[in-house]
Amino acid sequence: MTAELLAMPDLMPALPEILLVLGALALLMVGAFGGEKSTPLVTGICVALLTVAGLILLVSPHYGTTFNGAFVQDAFSQYMKVLVLIGSGFAIAMSVAYARSQNFDRFEYPILIVLATVGMMLMLSANDLISMYLGVELQSLALYVVASINRDSVRSTEAGLKYFVLGALSSGMLLYGMSFIYGFTGHTDFVGIASALTDEQASRGLVFGIAGPLIDERASLGVVFGIVFMLAGIAFKISAVPFHMWTPDVYEGAPTPVTAFFAAAPKIAAFGMLVRVLIEALGDVTTDWQQIVVFISIASMGLGAFAAIGQKNIKRLMAYSSIGNMGYALVGLAAGTQAGVHGLIVFMTAYLAMTLGAFACILSMRRKEGMVEEISDLAGLSKTNLPMAMLLAVIMFSLTGLPPLIGFFGKFYVFIAAMEAGLVPLVVIGLVASVVAAYYYLRVIKVMFFDEPTGEFLPMSGEMKIVLGLSSAVVGLFFIMPEPIMNAAANAASVLF
Amino acid sequence: MNDWSILSITTFLPLVGVFFILLVRGDDPDAKTNIRRVALITTSFTFIVSLFIWGGFTNENPGFQMVEKYNWFGETFTYHMGVDGISMLFVILTTFLMPLCILASWESIQDRVKEYMIAFLVLETLMIGVFCSLDLVLFYVFFEAGLIPMFLIIGVWGGPRRVYASYKFFLYTLLGSVLMLAAIMAMYWQAGTLDIPTLLNESEFPAAMQTWLWLAFFASFAVKMPMWPVHTWLPDAHVEAPTAGSVVLAAILLKMGGYGFIRFSLPMFPIASDMFAPFIFTLSVVAIIYTSLVALAQEDIKKLIAYSSVAHMGFVTMGIFSANAQGIEGAIFMMLAHGLISGALFLCVGVIYDRMHTRQISAYGGLVNNMPRYAVAFMIFTMANVGLPGTAGFVGEFLTMVGVFQVNTWVAFFAATGVILSAAYALFLYRRVVFGALEKESLKSMLDLNGREKLILAPLIILTIFFGFYPAAVLDVTSASVDALITNYNAALDAGGLGAHAAAAVSSH
Repeated sequence: MTAELLAMPDLMPALPEILLVLGALALLMVGAFGGEKSTPLVTGICVALLTVAGLILLVSPHYGTTFNGAFVQDAFSQYMKVLVLIGSGFAIAMSVAYARSQNFDRFEYPILIVLATVGMMLMLSANDLISMYLGVELQSLALYVVASINRDSVRSTEAGLKYFVLGALSSGMLLYGMSFIYGFTGHTDFVGIASALTDEQASRGLVFGIAGPLIDERASLGVVFGIVFMLAGIAFKISAVPFHMWTPDVYEGAPTPVTAFFAAAPKIAAFGMLVRVLIEALGDVTTDWQQIVVFISIASMGLGAFAAIGQKNIKRLMAYSSIGNMGYALVGLAAGTQAGVHGLIVFMTAYLAMTLGAFACILSMRRKEGMVEEISDLAGLSKTNLPMAMLLAVIMFSLTGLPPLIGFFGKFYVFIAAMEAGLVPLVVIGLVASVVAAYYYLRVIKVMFFDEPTGEFLPMSGEMKIVLGLSSAVVGLFFIMPEPIMNAAANAASVLF
Repeated sequence: MNDWSILSITTFLPLVGVFFILLVRGDDPDAKTNIRRVALITTSFTFIVSLFIWGGFTNENPGFQMVEKYNWFGETFTYHMGVDGISMLFVILTTFLMPLCILASWESIQDRVKEYMIAFLVLETLMIGVFCSLDLVLFYVFFEAGLIPMFLIIGVWGGPRRVYASYKFFLYTLLGSVLMLAAIMAMYWQAGTLDIPTLLNESEFPAAMQTWLWLAFFASFAVKMPMWPVHTWLPDAHVEAPTAGSVVLAAILLKMGGYGFIRFSLPMFPIASDMFAPFIFTLSVVAIIYTSLVALAQEDIKKLIAYSSVAHMGFVTMGIFSANAQGIEGAIFMMLAHGLISGALFLCVGVIYDRMHTRQISAYGGLVNNMPRYAVAFMIFTMANVGLPGTAGFVGEFLTMVGVFQVNTWVAFFAATGVILSAAYALFLYRRVVFGALEKESLKSMLDLNGREKLILAPLIILTIFFGFYPAAVLDVTSASVDALITNYNAALDAGGLGAHAAAAVSSH
């Protein structure tokens, strides 16, 4: 045992994470000694680091578990990590022009994003409650700082503080839930928890003298308590109702590039973690968590649809939109099947592309007098900047869930999985919520195409054009060649079952 | 199997035009003319190509022809195209009307010509795709994607209340469609496939499930059709849409509802269709009588024609669910004829709207004095709309009533009163617009049809009269597929223990 602990763990599965951590630490030195001048260099190297980590994952992934089973690298974590890296990389790229024009030149910003990304990758690879919590905290601490990085702005500091207080509370709940699970199963690793839960059910079956298939698949009360608290903690991270309150305020208050980052990568990471813990560790007690997931899914879809109708600020609108979208992703998880996880992965891919594209447009809402964020500021965009209006319209129609755009296929696959699992009311509620949500997505299009222009935006910067072009190409042309993404997602989902 | 993928070529040819339009730079009159020419050439060429579909079509074959099948999304759904006697003519109708729509917009659209033509060409692709697709998800993709260009056409180039109308159109249709999507998903897990020919021939859904699936499909098609009481979006959309938008809406988009009933509801859920037939008859009769009365009271020409469309679609639903050869063939014929006639009526309204910029009936009167050619064209289409024998409008109305008479005499009786009412509102409209003394000063300077307008209306006049005298041109194409559909339908009812009804239906034709 001692020898086993002392032996050097296999580092290859964690190579991308190690690379990012070492790179971030080195860049911190560069920044500290080079001062503000070094910001462009640091930003460039950060994007390069994320790209290299992504390439390592794509080209030569090392599957396997290491660190005594606390860290696992498989097709699922590989796929989700690539999404996270894309989200983080583009978020840094999108901040460059903003930083230049808004005096937001801090070398810490890209480094903090890299550190948060490492936390997210750890969350996705966590195969143990302890490593999972470490990942969550590494991510969260970096994000708290990033939210309030604009120190001189009251709104930004308020956003950071709000996020920190509520985030700390949710981490506490997560930890509390974990302690219950550990207490009642005696394990922190997912495999151990799963086998303990199976044994428990089998022994209960023996005690009551009931034949195997007939026993009620329910965990003991302590484990149920643990599941409830853990789900509450994670629901906060993915901003699902009723733990969503921070989202609109933080989205609105944080500097826009930070919002763009918050909207994409952390959601994907938290979802990947949620999927792994529910399927791998708690897969045998599906009935216990399914009803909770169904509830927060319906609540998120409903609130996302109705609360966004009254919004005037486009960042708040996107906040409610993302709450609603998390509800749709939860539909796939509620199914609890391989098809459901497959749907969820496809949906998150679609969500990433749509979110990045939408924020590239929001970050381009720049006038001579500064950034604007009201939906009415988009008025008549189709006359002043037709390409941007068309691409944003494509993204909005995709968020509505209209075919043949990627948003439709994302929703289609989560709903078809829920239908298979027999959750017909959930499917119908979700589809009707998507019609309600269509109203406010259409309003953005209406403002751009039907209204008269009130003023022009400054031309889009090069990075924004690239981000918007790439993401709307994925959104709009996915249907021509869906096979690569669909196959990778199917492969990623299959390793969990 | 054919070797040159004619259906895909016809479907996606308009997108080639979109590509060329995107290459046109600038916003000057020359650029606009070029854009219009590209759109006209593309749509005309698409029409010519689509004639090869009719040319290569075998009337005697009840199955799907010119089938293409490729992998698309793995095993869930495929890219599967094909036409049969039910769908083929709708493709031709679409490609035939599109060049006329482009011509009709030649002068009336001066603002954002590029986007307008792109929207129409994309819409054409999507409409053709709806009628060609043989996979439920592929069908849904085309069906639903059509909302995007139509929303923009109404909202950008529409009248004063365009925003309200476009929202109403979009949200109504979307709500209906998502319920259909839920049903499609349920069908996938029940049958294990979404391939339409397989679903038509092999699978049978349990009776209880059929009821729910039928209702979900009904939600979508009834809105699209539109049937009373979910028709209220149509008058708004028609009134606010630009002329060509109204033409496409009335002539093609509405037909997707009827096509859906024939393609999906009737053959896939026969037991539920049989059960809900009285419900459909009731709604149809209410639609025919009520909307005809509403049409009588209209002050706006387009609104009047819109309500008349709802009434005519009542005949179509009635014919479809009478589930016999006359009823269904009559419904198909009626949809095609209505496509020509209502499209032509909206074009006629467009002619005077372009000159006067009002659609109020009271603003007109006595046009026969200075626009005699226009008066003739408008009269032919008015008579066809009424269902005068010798025009295409008559054949469909007559056949659907013959069909429903075998099932339920009272329904046929009430529908027949609708024919009288339609004569009332159509002639009343014609009298107020065309006859009387030419008193209003503003009307006196109006010119008769110009060359472009004659070019638009002439083919429609010819076809309206041709199909009135020789309906066999259409009925020969549809009969084999419709007979096969009815045979399967009755066999399914027999198997479902509803033999008595089925036997009556068989003996009656």
